[in-house]
Amino acid sequence: MKLLVPVKRVVDYNVKVRVKADGTGVETANVKMSMNPFDEIAVEEAVRLKEKGIVTEIVAVSIGPAQAQEQIRTALAMGADRGILVEAEGTEPLAVAKILKAIAEREQPQVVILGKQAIDDDMNATGQMLAALLGWSQGTFASKVEIADGAAIVTREVDGGLETVKLTLPAIVTTDLRLNEPRYASLPNIMKARKKPIETLKPADLGVDATPRLTVLKVEEPPKRLAGRKVASVAELVDKLRNEAKVI
Amino acid sequence: MTILVLADRSEDIVSQPTRSAIAAATQIGGDVHVLVLGGAAAAQSAAKLPGVAKVILADGPAYEHGLAEPAAALLVALAPAYSHLLAPGSAMGKNIMPRVAALLDVQIISDIAGVEGADTFRRFIYAGNALATVKTSDEKKVLTVRAASFDPVPAEGGSAAVEAAPGAESPALSSFVGAEIAKSERPELTAARVIISGGRALGSAENFAILDKVADKLGAAVGASRAAVDAGYAPNDHQVGQTGKIVSPELYIAVGISGAIQHLAGMKDSKVIVAINKDEEAPIFQVADYGLVGDLFKLMPELEAELG
Ligand SMILES: Cc1cc2nc3c(=O)[nH]c(=O)nc-3n(C[C@H](O)[C@H](O)[C@H](O)COP(=O)(O)OP(=O)(O)OC[C@H]3O[C@@H](n4cnc5c(N)ncnc54)[C@H](O)[C@@H]3O)c2cc1C
Ligand SMILES: Nc1ncnc2c1ncn2[C@@H]1O[C@H](COP(=O)(O)O)[C@@H](O)[C@H]1O
Repeated sequence: MKLLVPVKRVVDYNVKVRVKADGTGVETANVKMSMNPFDEIAVEEAVRLKEKGIVTEIVAVSIGPAQAQEQIRTALAMGADRGILVEAEGTEPLAVAKILKAIAEREQPQVVILGKQAIDDDMNATGQMLAALLGWSQGTFASKVEIADGAAIVTREVDGGLETVKLTLPAIVTTDLRLNEPRYASLPNIMKARKKPIETLKPADLGVDATPRLTVLKVEEPPKRLAGRKVASVAELVDKLRNEAKVI
Repeated sequence: MTILVLADRSEDIVSQPTRSAIAAATQIGGDVHVLVLGGAAAAQSAAKLPGVAKVILADGPAYEHGLAEPAAALLVALAPAYSHLLAPGSAMGKNIMPRVAALLDVQIISDIAGVEGADTFRRFIYAGNALATVKTSDEKKVLTVRAASFDPVPAEGGSAAVEAAPGAESPALSSFVGAEIAKSERPELTAARVIISGGRALGSAENFAILDKVADKLGAAVGASRAAVDAGYAPNDHQVGQTGKIVSPELYIAVGISGAIQHLAGMKDSKVIVAINKDEEAPIFQVADYGLVGDLFKLMPELEAELG
């Protein structure tokens, strides 16, 4: 079966993000960019399913600027077979889901594995939206995925613990942190990935209108929390909590 | 304007984050209706919430476990009567509401932290490093609510009628297999007045139990950093942070947690923060009201004793 993994190019999680002085967004010029960490987990899961012989082909898709090629190459180096880059910037989850739907209709995958959340917009929405548009089942926040007999058994990280659902294929899965530990691509695999094909498209080629629905009126620094002070002992701490902060 | 809030429930009562979502709905304005999936007792608890004009109860096997596909289909069937559809930003809300939004051809706005008007909301992006104000052009609004940003409405004071949900299509795309939900005497993280959280420094699941002793004395919930969860010292639902739970207790005690931005995103709205760390340069001290530098294995027993 074929599997699709959408991978997003985002500001690396180690970067200290700064708000632009004019309040229009955050500074992304000359900032290290990476594959969204949850998407690395998605690619890793896809590759493991291929290694188990369940999946035969993995297609990595990114919607973003031309440089998102780099994130597709990373996915290819980890073990994806080919890539699709849809050149569009500032797309919102709904538009991304529409683009992915069009690609899914063309590629006919049995499973799409996405990250649960992009660490830039923190929306946690695209996978669920794609499942809706395709009319497919969804297993979000997965910490375990098993595929057999036309179904996916997905263990999900929920508020009180874990929950397991059985999804009829085709299905959407979104990854949580405990699903796996993504591998590093080896040098030979990075070299091999250079020869794997990447197709480039525009939303219009897929018949998708990617016009945003949201207007960002402003982006500001969140209120700063001021550091308090150090206490010298446990006794002093408890005294302060009781008599100064009055929280215990 | 009428607003529908999808309730999350813990056992037989609607959760505290649901009450925060109702507070957000009240700020938007208009009548507030609450939809409860499975659970007549929880519907009764929703009916008592002040500001709620009507409770809709969807009973039946399709809704019992809150599966996204039938729940979203039901919300879409109810949607024509509402200007806004809200849910708390819990695992349930995050699972269901984006599906609802896409079925309605609406761009969801996740985890709103402020209401500026009926179509304009504030939300954090980049792990809480920036606060964006966004205005939507969608006619219908689908939102999840960051509970830590809205004081919950009280649990009592209203008396709404409860009515049965209309029948809706129930796409049989998925089924519930089972759950491992830990039963705990402790308060839930998102509702706790006091939280004590541990990090990688705890070193093992056994050591993590040191926090339980202090938690018992304080009636606190126990949380964890991602590192502690990944290492198996604490269960996944204890994770506090950008990609875990967002909490805002009166008192948050971070023990052996360095204070990575992803962790801070989940707890920096706490009223009072205490950090206990052996590294006096640890970034957690930059947000702590009270910092105690030292070895947690020495300090935690002292704290337990001091609390008597
Ligand atoms: C996509 C993504 C999502 C993430 N989401 C989250 C999230 O939701 N929540 C979250 O917490 N993290 C999250 N993280 C991880 C985050 O970046 C940090 O790695 C993590 O928070 C570190 O956990 P820690 O503070 O327990 O461990 P460390 O950073 O290793 O810190 C351990 C601390 O313990 C102190 N210490 C050691 N021994 C002792 C002792 N004996 N006594 C006292 N102090 C001691 C050390 O000085 C150190 O400061 C995420 C990361 C990524 C990439
Ligand atoms: N522009 C994009 N290109 C590829 N995948 C994306 C894009 N945006 C979102 N995704 C996928 O959807 C997931 C959730 O993103 P979000 O809903 O924005 O939090 C990500 O982890 C990706 O797997």
